[in-house]
Amino acid sequence: MGGVARALLRRGVQAVLVAVLVSGLCFTLVRLLPGDQAMRVAEGRYGYDRVTAASADAVRAELGLDRPAVEQFLAWVGRLAQGDLGVSLVTGERVVVEIAYQLGHTLLLSLAALSLALLAGPALGLFAGLRPGGVLDQAGMVGAAALRALPVFALGIGLMLVFGVTLGWLPVAGFHATENLVLPALALGLGLAAASARVARDATVAAVNAPFFGFALLRGLTRAQAVRQHVPRNAAVPVLAYLGVNLALLVEGVVVVESLFGWPGIGHALSHAISARDVPMLQGTALSLGLIFVALNAFTDVAILAADPRRRG
Amino acid sequence: MIRRTALSLFALALWPGMTLAQQPLRVVAPFHVDSLEPSRDGFNFTRMGVAETLVGADDGGLPVPQLASGWTLSEDRLTWRMTLRAGAVFHDGTPVTAEAVAASLLRARAQPGPLANAPLTSIAADGPGVVELRTSTPFTPLLAFLAESSSQILAPASWDEAGAVRRLIATGPYRLAGFQPPFRFEVERFEGWNGGPPPAIARAVYESVARGETRALMAESGRADLVFTLDPAGTDRLRRSPRVEVRVMPIPRTQTLKLNAGLPFFADVRARQAVSLAIDREGIARGILRSPAAAATQLFPPTLAEWHVPGLASLRRDPAEARRLLAEAGWTPGAGGILAREGRPFRFTLRTFSTRPELPVVAASIQESLREVGIDMQVAVVVSSEIPAGHRDGTLEAGLMARNFSLVPDPIGTLLADFGPRGGDWGAMGWNSPELIEILAALGRSTDPAERAALRGRASTILQAELPVIPVVWYDHRVAISRRLANVSVDPLELSYRIETIRWAE
Repeated sequence: MGGVARALLRRGVQAVLVAVLVSGLCFTLVRLLPGDQAMRVAEGRYGYDRVTAASADAVRAELGLDRPAVEQFLAWVGRLAQGDLGVSLVTGERVVVEIAYQLGHTLLLSLAALSLALLAGPALGLFAGLRPGGVLDQAGMVGAAALRALPVFALGIGLMLVFGVTLGWLPVAGFHATENLVLPALALGLGLAAASARVARDATVAAVNAPFFGFALLRGLTRAQAVRQHVPRNAAVPVLAYLGVNLALLVEGVVVVESLFGWPGIGHALSHAISARDVPMLQGTALSLGLIFVALNAFTDVAILAADPRRRG
Repeated sequence: MIRRTALSLFALALWPGMTLAQQPLRVVAPFHVDSLEPSRDGFNFTRMGVAETLVGADDGGLPVPQLASGWTLSEDRLTWRMTLRAGAVFHDGTPVTAEAVAASLLRARAQPGPLANAPLTSIAADGPGVVELRTSTPFTPLLAFLAESSSQILAPASWDEAGAVRRLIATGPYRLAGFQPPFRFEVERFEGWNGGPPPAIARAVYESVARGETRALMAESGRADLVFTLDPAGTDRLRRSPRVEVRVMPIPRTQTLKLNAGLPFFADVRARQAVSLAIDREGIARGILRSPAAAATQLFPPTLAEWHVPGLASLRRDPAEARRLLAEAGWTPGAGGILAREGRPFRFTLRTFSTRPELPVVAASIQESLREVGIDMQVAVVVSSEIPAGHRDGTLEAGLMARNFSLVPDPIGTLLADFGPRGGDWGAMGWNSPELIEILAALGRSTDPAERAALRGRASTILQAELPVIPVVWYDHRVAISRRLANVSVDPLELSYRIETIRWAE
């Protein structure tokens, strides 16, 4: 079995484990949280002004929330085995339908942020690493430290103020036009880009100082040719490995960014599902985020194998 | 040649105006739109002019015609006859018939909402243009109940066999043109509407944006035309923007402190009065809500003119008087300056929630004020439903919340829910007043304006004296209005965004 197939198989097994663990944990944790689930669902449906004990009783009866937890769990497992994620307790819509809509928006936002992190970050890091201690390197270090230190929320507000209000170039929030994607993608991706720039910078410095680089110059290659042939590929491996580890930050950031920019994705739906104790939506959204995480890691594995032939054996 | 150039220049000069007219009006508010179900998210559709109720309400909460052009009440005050607006049609072009309206009301009555609590015995068509509603007892607030958004009138084709609303076929000046839950829907002018002059705005978009900071920046950037429910902190910055006019107006919403009068602490009215006397309402209004006039002097704000009693002795701050009342009730200084009685310290937990971000901050202010008079109040920031849940299971000691008296345009709807024989989820707990209960019942029966005014005044007086819930501050409605708009009026009852009367500025 080839390296790629092995990596994919390993991630496939991981995906199944994630699905079982995430779903079971969601089901259990919601019941351990303080508060009456029927009240929370009623609040999610009718708003806090209108929720009453009577409306909660109606919800309890409608959804069978007074049944024993084991009975509810087994019913849920039975449905899941048939591929049925159930119906949102708040909206009454099928979870699959809701997630299909939200997942598209989250994937779009995540891919835009990842593209930024993969294109801008390593390119800047490579140029900085070719002249360590130079102006670009120093400026890059200050910029990266600032971007990494800023919470995503503060960065988002700053982007809104500069590009939305002061310059008027981009919409502050919303999701109906392509231009709406730019600011949330920047808020989500700039931190990752900054970190990957520093990793790429260090990897470039290491590659340039490695014996193979010196040997390439001895073979008669110009410095530019040696850099083109040896540095990007060698720098790519640690950048990809770093991004793979830090994808959890992306998933975490999605929750904040989607709420801040009014972006209708999985992260926003997850926070609402927790607040409203909407168990089927919570399971569906957490499962989606978990599987996105596994899929991105699988993509990282394959990309690293493609970049580094030594790992394919 | 010169003429052609002049015409071209004239056309060019008109071009920006034409572009503006073709743009949709953009409305932004924090409320999600999860479903088409009127009992859940119907208020979004009535506010945006998509759905109408039989009865509307003016700024003072008095009933005005909407889909019903008029109504009569029988002499025994048990039968209401609602005459439908002649020529009204649903958005699918079908005529609005009495049968369709009755079917819609019967469906609304089966859902959670105020209509389910009205003493209705029948709803039926009585001829082609009249709907008859019968009640088991005289119930004059019925008109206000019919003005509430979950009573909106939909065509029977809107819902499926199971009763779930699948399409929103209503009667308002706008019809639904796009629906992207939970953040956005679009509306377009409905040419068949005959309830008033044709709206000037052809299309509008509603966007739900949960965060107050984002809403304020959307207004400031000029990419939103009407932005509702602004935070006090964001309002000051917006006032400096040339693109936006900020309007602040009082609304019928009061921040109240609900006390469990069934507890030994609060069973004595003097303890409740002492808590009230300790609270620094003016400091809260000025420092937290940034609206000095918002300090509550009684439960009902002046905007509820019929219920606000100008001559009522105002709630005030007087820590010395609070300490005197507590001493009179048997509380003496104990360990750490906390009052004690029969060996038990005056200590309780207040539940509040952060859905309204100012509530935990106000709770902290009250905590500090109460400590000054020797009361140790702990603050628990929970989810809002923990207050009715605690009322239900008896574990609630105190709660801080914002109570909306215009959920049903006549506050009687809220009062009946809050001050019944067993109190109310968001109202009294462990306290009731047979006199107040009788007054509320009498208000339901009476149609005599003088008698109703006297009853309302007496109800306000009882609540002020007994303080089963303690008013803290009144709320303001903060709206950012783009200067591109003209003829904008803001509904203090939040029933409508009134976009059908707005036009683009010249």
